[in-house]
Amino acid sequence: MENHFFKRIVSGLTAAAIMLSLAACSHGADSSSAARPSSGSKNEFTYGLQTQPGHLDPYVSTSADTREILFNVFEGLVKPDKDGDLKPAIAESYSVSADALAYTFKLRKGVKFQNGKAVTTEDIKYSLDKAAGLSGGKILMADLKNIKSVEIADDSTVKINLKKPDYDFLPYLTVAITPKGYTHQDTHPMGTGPYSFVSYTPQQSLILKKNPYYWQKDLPHIDKITFKLEANSNALLTDMQGGSIDGASIANDVASQLTNDFNVIPSNSNSVQMLALNNKQKPFDSKEVRQAVSYAIDPDAIIKTVNYGKGVRCGTPVIPGLKKYCETSLDHAYDHNAAKAKELLAKAGYPDGFSMTITVPSNYTVHVNTAQVIVNELKEAGIKAQIKQVDFATWLSKCYENRDYQSTIISVDGAALTPRSFLNRYVSTNSKNFVNYSSSAFDSIYKKAEEEKDSTKRIELYKQAQQQISKDAASVYIEDISNLNALHKGFSGYTPYPLYVFDASTIKYTG
Amino acid sequence: MKYFLRKFMALLLTMFLVSIFTFAAFNVIPGDPAELILGTEATPESIAALRASLGLNQSLPQRYLKWFGGLLHGNMGTSLQYSQPVSSLLASRLPVTACLAGMAFILIIALSFPAGILAAKWHGSWAGRFLDSITMLNLTLPGFFVGVLFIWIFGIILHCFMPGEYVDYRQNFGGFLRYLIFPAIAVALPNIASTAKFLRTSILAEKGSDYVRTARSKGVSEDVVLRRHILKNAAVPAITLLGMTVAGIFSGSIIVEQVFSLPGVGRLLISAVSSRDFPLLESLVVYIAFLVSIANFLADMLIRAVDPRMKEKA
Repeated sequence: MENHFFKRIVSGLTAAAIMLSLAACSHGADSSSAARPSSGSKNEFTYGLQTQPGHLDPYVSTSADTREILFNVFEGLVKPDKDGDLKPAIAESYSVSADALAYTFKLRKGVKFQNGKAVTTEDIKYSLDKAAGLSGGKILMADLKNIKSVEIADDSTVKINLKKPDYDFLPYLTVAITPKGYTHQDTHPMGTGPYSFVSYTPQQSLILKKNPYYWQKDLPHIDKITFKLEANSNALLTDMQGGSIDGASIANDVASQLTNDFNVIPSNSNSVQMLALNNKQKPFDSKEVRQAVSYAIDPDAIIKTVNYGKGVRCGTPVIPGLKKYCETSLDHAYDHNAAKAKELLAKAGYPDGFSMTITVPSNYTVHVNTAQVIVNELKEAGIKAQIKQVDFATWLSKCYENRDYQSTIISVDGAALTPRSFLNRYVSTNSKNFVNYSSSAFDSIYKKAEEEKDSTKRIELYKQAQQQISKDAASVYIEDISNLNALHKGFSGYTPYPLYVFDASTIKYTG
Repeated sequence: MKYFLRKFMALLLTMFLVSIFTFAAFNVIPGDPAELILGTEATPESIAALRASLGLNQSLPQRYLKWFGGLLHGNMGTSLQYSQPVSSLLASRLPVTACLAGMAFILIIALSFPAGILAAKWHGSWAGRFLDSITMLNLTLPGFFVGVLFIWIFGIILHCFMPGEYVDYRQNFGGFLRYLIFPAIAVALPNIASTAKFLRTSILAEKGSDYVRTARSKGVSEDVVLRRHILKNAAVPAITLLGMTVAGIFSGSIIVEQVFSLPGVGRLLISAVSSRDFPLLESLVVYIAFLVSIANFLADMLIRAVDPRMKEKA
C-alpha cells in the first residue's frame, strides 16, 4: 500500500483534471455561437454599457451616463426626436405668449404613469416646482431658474410663467414629469416613458420592462430591456463575441474585432472633444499662444490615427448635430500650420516654445490616445508637452470644479437640445466655465441671442458667438467622435439622436 | 483560552488599524462623490444640495466617526453611489467572492501539495525539472493574463462557457459554480505554484536532516520516510504560507473578477474607490481584513495541531 502513495497522488490529480474539464465543458453543448439573440427570445434585448448609472432620481442625475438610460423611463411635456426637434409628449400642444413670458401647455388625454395612474396637471406642477426649486427646496435643475411660477389653469391646461422673456425656453421643458408625492425616484424611478423600471443591481444590470400604459400605442416593440453593466470595453467585446449581449456602443478598436453577427451603425456622439486651455493660467492667458496651439494641432490627424477616420471635425463647442446652429465654416479656422504656430509663439514672447502639462482622465482611452498625438504635434511647433493621467473623480474635482489645470482633454456634451447647452459655459460668470474664458464681446452677443425674438436672427447671433470663441481660440476644438453602435443582426430600429441617449423603444426583432 | 483572547484582540486591532489607514489614504486623494453623480452638468447649487443630502458637508473625520459608530452597532451605513445599504450590497456580493475564493483555495490545497511532494521526489530527474518549469511558468504568469487567456481559449474558441454570461447563484447554483471554475483556476494558479515551490524547497531541506538519515539507516523505505517523517516537518512552513495565501487569493480575485466580469466584492471595492464611496470602501476593506485575519488564525490552529511544539511555545 505504502508504495502506491505516489501513484495515488498522480492518478488522483489526473482524475481531478478530467473531472474539472468535463464539468466546465459540459456547458459547451448547449451554448451556441452568437448567431441568435442573447436570451434566445425575440422579446428581450440586452444592451451593454461600460459606464455605471449614478443616482436614478431624474432631478438629481445630471450625469450623461444616467440620462442615457433614463431617457426610456421619463418624458417631459415635450420630447426630442431624432432630428433634434421637440415634439409634444405629455403635452398635446403648446403656445408661447407674444412677450415670451408664458408657456401654456394642453395636456394630452390618456397619458398614464407606469403605475397606471393618469397624469394630471397637479403632477406637472409638482414636477416643475420641484425641479425649479419653487416648492421650498433648492433649485435642482439650473436651466429652470427662469421659471417664476407654474399655474394650473384648468383640468388639462398648465401655464408656466417666466421671470424674464425667453423665446427659446422649450428645450428645457423636456424635464421629467413624475407622480406627485412619489418619493422613491432614486431607488425605483417612475415616469411616463415607454419602459418602466424593474431593478438595478449595481455593476450587473439595470432592467426595464414594457410600459403597458404607454401613450404611443405602437411603441415599444420589445418586452424586456436589460442594460448590462460592464467594467470596460474589453468586457463588452467578449460579451458580444460570446453572445451574451445584443448591442453596445463601442470603440473603434473593439469594432474591428467583432464577428459578422453584428451590424455596426456609426452615429455622432453629440459631444465635442476638445483640448481645453485654461485661459487664466500662463501661458494660455495669451490669445496668441492659444492660437498657436490651435495651429499646431491637426484634428484630421487625430481623427485618422486615434479614431480610424471616424469622427466629424469641429471648430466650435456646438455639436455638428445641431445643424441649424453649428457654425461649420469654423471647422477649418485653424488648419494645421506649424510654421504659423511658431510665428505666433514668437510674437507672444515664446520664440523657443514652452513646457506644458496635459491632464487626461485615464478612464477615457480615446482621450489618452489623443493626448499622445497632440504631444507629438506640439513638439513640431517647439512646445514640450507632457501627459498627466488622473482618474475621473480627480479630474472632476481638480480640473473641472477647481479649474486647477493647464490643459486637459475632454468631450463636452449638452443636456438640452439648444446651442445654449454648449455655449453658456463660455459666459464669463458661468459656473461651468471651466476653461476660464472671459470675453465681454462674447458675453454681450450671447445675452442678445438669449433675448432675441426672431428665430432666424437668434441663429445668426449664436453663430456670431461661436465666431467670437474661434477668434479668441478659447480652446482647441477637435472632433465629434463617432459612436459606433453594434447591434446584433437579429435586431433593427436603432435610432441615433443628437443627444447622448439610447432609445430602446424603437428597437425591434426582425430575425 | 488566554491564547484565543490574545488572538481576538489582535484581530480587532488589525481591523481598526486597517480602517484608520483607509481613512488616512482617503484624506489624500482628491474627488467628490456628489461631483461624480452630477457630472459635467453640475452647478454649484446642485452640488451643494446633493452634498447636503448625502451628508458630505461634514468633514471626513466626522464621517469616519459616524461610520465607525454605526459599525459598532452593526450598521455599515449607506453607499453614496448606489444609495443602497452597504450591508445588502455586501451580502449580495459575498457569495460570489466567497465561492471563488473557496474554489481557488481547494484547488490550491489539492494541487500544490501533490505538486510540491512530487517535485521533491523527482528532484534531479527530467520529470522533476519538467514540474519545476511548469511551476516557474505559473509563478510568473499574472492572474489577469491567465484569465484573459482562459476567456479566449475556453470561452471564445472552445465554447466551454459563455464569456460575460455570469450566472446568478440565486437562479442556478450549479451554473454559477461552473462559471466560477475558470476564474478560480486563474486565481489559484500563481498561488499553487508558490506553495508547491515552497513545499518542495522545505522537503529538500529536511531530506538532509539527521532524523531522516536515522530513519533511512533503520531500513525504512524512502516513501515512508517522506510521508511519515519529512512531510510533517516540511508542511509547517507551507501551512503558514497557505494562511498568507488567503490574502493573495483576495487580491488576485479583485483583478480576476474584473476580467471575468464577476459581480464580487473585488469589483465593488474598485468601484468604491473610483466613486469615492467612503462608507462602502471602509466597510469592504475592514471586511476583507477580517477574513484574512481569520484565515491566518485558522492556519495557526492547524500548525498547532500538526506541530505540538508550537503549543508549548504559546
